[in-house]
Amino acid sequence: MLGLSKKDLMFLMIVTALTLAAPILLNPFPESSALAQFNAGYPDLMQRIAIFAIFAVGFNILFGLTGYLSFGHAAFVGVGSYATIWMFKLLSMNILPGILLSVTLGGIFAYLIGFVSLRRSGIYFSILTLAFAQMCFNLAYSVLTPLTNGESGLQPELSDPRILDAARAGGTVATPNLFGLGMNATWKVEALGRVFQFNAGYYVCGVISVLMFYLALRIFRSPFGMMLRAIKSNQHRLNYTGLNSRPYMLTAFVISGMYAGLAGGLLAAMDPLAGPDRMQWTASGEVVLMTILGGTGTLLGPVLGAGFIKYFENIFSKINDTVLHSWFSFLPKWLEDICVAIIHPFVGQGWNLTLGVLFMGVVIFLPGGLIEGGQRIGRLWRRKPGGNGAPSAKNAAAE
Amino acid sequence: MDAILLQTLNGLDKGSAYALIALGLTLIFGTLGVVNFAHGAVFMIGAFCAVSMNRLLHLSYMTVDPTKKDFLGNPMKIQTPYIEAWFGHDTGAALLNWSVPLALLLALPVMIVVGVVMERGLIKHFYKRPHADQILVTFGLAIVLQEIVKQIFGANPIPTPAPHALAGALDLGAMIGLKAGAVVYPTWRMIYFLFSLIVIGGVFSFLQFTTFGMVVRAGMADRETVGLLGINIDKRFSIMFGLAAAVAGLAGVMYTPINAPNYHMGMDFLVLSFVVVVVGGMGSLPGAVAAGFLLGILESYGSMNAVKSLLPGIDQIIIYVIAIVVLLTRPRGLMGRKGVMED
Amino acid sequence: MTKSDLTRRSLLKTGMVAGAGLALPTIFTSRASAFTNNPTGKTVTFGFTVPQTGPYADEGNDELKAFKLAVKHLNGEGDGGLLQTFSSKALNGTGVMGKKVQFVTGDTQTKTDAARAAAKSMIEKDGAVMISGGSSSGVAVAVQALCQDAGVIYMCGLTHSNDTTGKDKKRNGFRYFFNAYMSAAALAPVLKQMYGGERKFYMLTADYTWGWTQAASMKQFMEGEGWSMVTDVRTPLASTDFSSYLAPVLSSGADVLILNHYGGNMVNSLTQAVQFGMRDKMVNGKQFEIVVPLISELMAKGAGKNIAGIPGSSNWNWKLPDAGTKAFVQSYGKEYGVPPSQAAQTCYVQTILYADAVTRAKSFNPCAVVEALEGFKFDGMGVGPTVYRKDDHQAFKDVLVVQGNEKPDNEYDLLNVKQITPVEKVMYEPESEFFKGGNLGQCNPGA
Repeated sequence: MLGLSKKDLMFLMIVTALTLAAPILLNPFPESSALAQFNAGYPDLMQRIAIFAIFAVGFNILFGLTGYLSFGHAAFVGVGSYATIWMFKLLSMNILPGILLSVTLGGIFAYLIGFVSLRRSGIYFSILTLAFAQMCFNLAYSVLTPLTNGESGLQPELSDPRILDAARAGGTVATPNLFGLGMNATWKVEALGRVFQFNAGYYVCGVISVLMFYLALRIFRSPFGMMLRAIKSNQHRLNYTGLNSRPYMLTAFVISGMYAGLAGGLLAAMDPLAGPDRMQWTASGEVVLMTILGGTGTLLGPVLGAGFIKYFENIFSKINDTVLHSWFSFLPKWLEDICVAIIHPFVGQGWNLTLGVLFMGVVIFLPGGLIEGGQRIGRLWRRKPGGNGAPSAKNAAAE
Repeated sequence: MDAILLQTLNGLDKGSAYALIALGLTLIFGTLGVVNFAHGAVFMIGAFCAVSMNRLLHLSYMTVDPTKKDFLGNPMKIQTPYIEAWFGHDTGAALLNWSVPLALLLALPVMIVVGVVMERGLIKHFYKRPHADQILVTFGLAIVLQEIVKQIFGANPIPTPAPHALAGALDLGAMIGLKAGAVVYPTWRMIYFLFSLIVIGGVFSFLQFTTFGMVVRAGMADRETVGLLGINIDKRFSIMFGLAAAVAGLAGVMYTPINAPNYHMGMDFLVLSFVVVVVGGMGSLPGAVAAGFLLGILESYGSMNAVKSLLPGIDQIIIYVIAIVVLLTRPRGLMGRKGVMED
Repeated sequence: MTKSDLTRRSLLKTGMVAGAGLALPTIFTSRASAFTNNPTGKTVTFGFTVPQTGPYADEGNDELKAFKLAVKHLNGEGDGGLLQTFSSKALNGTGVMGKKVQFVTGDTQTKTDAARAAAKSMIEKDGAVMISGGSSSGVAVAVQALCQDAGVIYMCGLTHSNDTTGKDKKRNGFRYFFNAYMSAAALAPVLKQMYGGERKFYMLTADYTWGWTQAASMKQFMEGEGWSMVTDVRTPLASTDFSSYLAPVLSSGADVLILNHYGGNMVNSLTQAVQFGMRDKMVNGKQFEIVVPLISELMAKGAGKNIAGIPGSSNWNWKLPDAGTKAFVQSYGKEYGVPPSQAAQTCYVQTILYADAVTRAKSFNPCAVVEALEGFKFDGMGVGPTVYRKDDHQAFKDVLVVQGNEKPDNEYDLLNVKQITPVEKVMYEPESEFFKGGNLGQCNPGA
């Protein structure tokens, strides 16, 4: 079914189920408990995880399969975001035109940049993509201000033409919607001492990300995917067989650019503001971190990496000293202070330190990322990792 | 004419920082074959050596002066640096005033140790791993280093002034016979440029005229053969890593009066210095230096009002445009060798 | 797919059925309330978004301290600070409407994206009913729009762009801080008096909404005083080395440099300008001068000796003689050992004003709060009588013209208040040149 093997189908079903149930699964702790701090089941974070998963999965099609390390993919995210906001301003607050345009523009920009950058390989390729992306960022920040509104960021305003939407009474800008379904529409359910938030925007992102995951799965299993892996293992040998590898590379680059454009479009659709910072090289670096942390070249790895980093960024950064003291309040005062002093540098403002240490640890000890870690633990426990996605991911990694 | 002269000076001074960082990067890459993304962080640590020196010299004891009141109306507390108490007020004040140049003495040993520890402790294990892994682990290290500095010194820039005698500006126009006041440039920035020339000259003569340098150069050209001759090239290379760190660190110390150091300054320079290295040619020391000054000068020309009115936004992108043009026309950079980093 | 009449309500119904079947055997209530984040428990949560990294980090840290102090005073801890001198006596130190005040904080990194993300998670996860903070007008405009959409109140912190209460004004947002127009209006006559009527000025301007409006206002007012502009150069907000922008200034024929920079930007650009010898040069037969239209104590501290003699404007200064200022300086000084900055005063006052408005309106409903704040007149917070104008939610009060202190008595004595410009001199019509094109819209209570 769906052109997948039985194992892959199972894998896809599980990913789908996890995505749909995320608002419940990510809220494991009751509101009243001290651990509620760690709940991640609120719309903004879930949307971000889904969107960055799309971005990372797309990036992985390029980096994981061909080994070409691009440091400029954030530019496509930015282009997608600006495209979507412009559609909001000109056409309609319906997210569909914006998202279609963002994918198209992401693809076009990727074609142009890829066409030039792919003339070089190795670090030269990385620097070329970096240079192009930084150019986009710097221009968006300065002379393209009429298009991007510079540092302040572009957002829909009341005075925009918006030719398809009738002017809404009440003098507020409508929220981005999908045929009337507002992206911020949330249905809250209080149950078992928890508040579950089922948010329309999240489900839009979630469904799209599952589709994109499926597409990536098909690409991984296709002859085209095989060709890309051949490029990674030895491009020279491939060229000597008489095959021109560049069209394959360019296709992979454009596909991953479209994924990035889509991610940018969705970001703007969930929160209608596009700032230039999402194009900066550090944003490109972030997707590299996600992919590697999760597991390069595996299907599920980038998704895990995206979830992991976004979770840390949003949850760990909020743990301040007051929270820490409340955790250790059962200890004697002096012991409490010591515990807080030890943990303090790694949470709150210091979450980047935790991330850096983890990242180094992964690169040093687990070159296969979290996925490899999971497999090692699985082997350690001598339990067959039944159906948690690891088997097929392992197949992919082994090739 | 004046404007061009001014921007040339400005470019040389911007280029000094690029060249010094790129020189260190190339030393590491040329000798050890490692792409070190933590090099910007090393530059930043150098700058914080200057801050630490300043803080050390300012260690003070407190006395209460009941005749004066502070802003809350309580008796005023007065801080007196120990150094003024020990060496007398004038000598102490002079030492405080010259804290940045003094910090060079602190930075040199500290940075060599930092470099050698980095190499022995972490990077040594990555010689046999792919370049991508080296980039990633050093990138992680850069994050960790800058976060540690942030925890200690905070996120805000810390002003670290130059000695008063060197803080003003020189009227170069008047010196070379132009109209007075036409070409005025800050003294410290000129000193920074001279300093970078001295360091660059020092590194080159060290490699050129000492036996140690000769062996290192031989090792850069053909590591295996040198190893077969019974020379412990690894040890020498690890000293080179320390040297590269020292170059970046000293560049950081001297940079502090130009710009108040903050924990993030390394990342800001990292991307640019990588572009410089690649434009110069991976592994080529003269290439790195030349490209550093070249890009610095072109960046300054790009920010001239006349140029900007012709090509809006050019000042923001000129470095990247040049990088792209160079890489497409000269794949190995200006002075690069064949076969470096192409697989 | 054709456009269907799928409404939110019908979708919710289907969603409810699906949701019920999904996992939960025991659904108690669907949370129903009239507005976003209605605090139903014993506590109420405020969200404070401040820059803790980036060029405005210094100001951000001071804002955060002020917020914490305000929350203490609202909850009845400490000496009560400005609650003693505030003209409205609705607050009594038992929290807000009997609910203890809690707060969450987030780092805006002086970036619009990060600021929106921080504010969004505060509203969605932590249930914040009011957001305050922001040390950059770009951030303030972006977060104000977010709060309008989400249905919570935004009490602007440090934002000085004309657009915040002009082109980008929102019904759910209120600004206590003054703006670029007021700065220019207060500063222009003083500058003419100090430096004479015929001057040529060169501007460096931070390239975002605040810089643009500040530059436009300064240009208009200085040209009105007979000065002429040589050029206005835009500099990226993230830049730290201004040398290539400063190098051409002295040979450009200009005899005044106006730095439309704030925070870390201004500390760097002023320090570097002084390094270029600009303070001791004669141009066109006149002493070359530097002007910084918006100065804060923290910037003065960062710039050190370079600030001496530099004129500018401020929203507030801790050396003012009125009772409100004295009470606040005592309270803040005891807590943190340093005098407060104008950023701290603004954020403190905004928090108190919000709590007071809720108490007077007897409701956390944003629409009720908006009603209580619109046209609200108050005093006792420093700088004299103040009014929140209904048409644009801008607070109007006197503006301070300050000058860097040449001979400071102590390390905090950095700025002198040169003149207090009365509010009539800086007043403008809501739809005047620099402010037109905006629309407050309707108040949005959210859910």
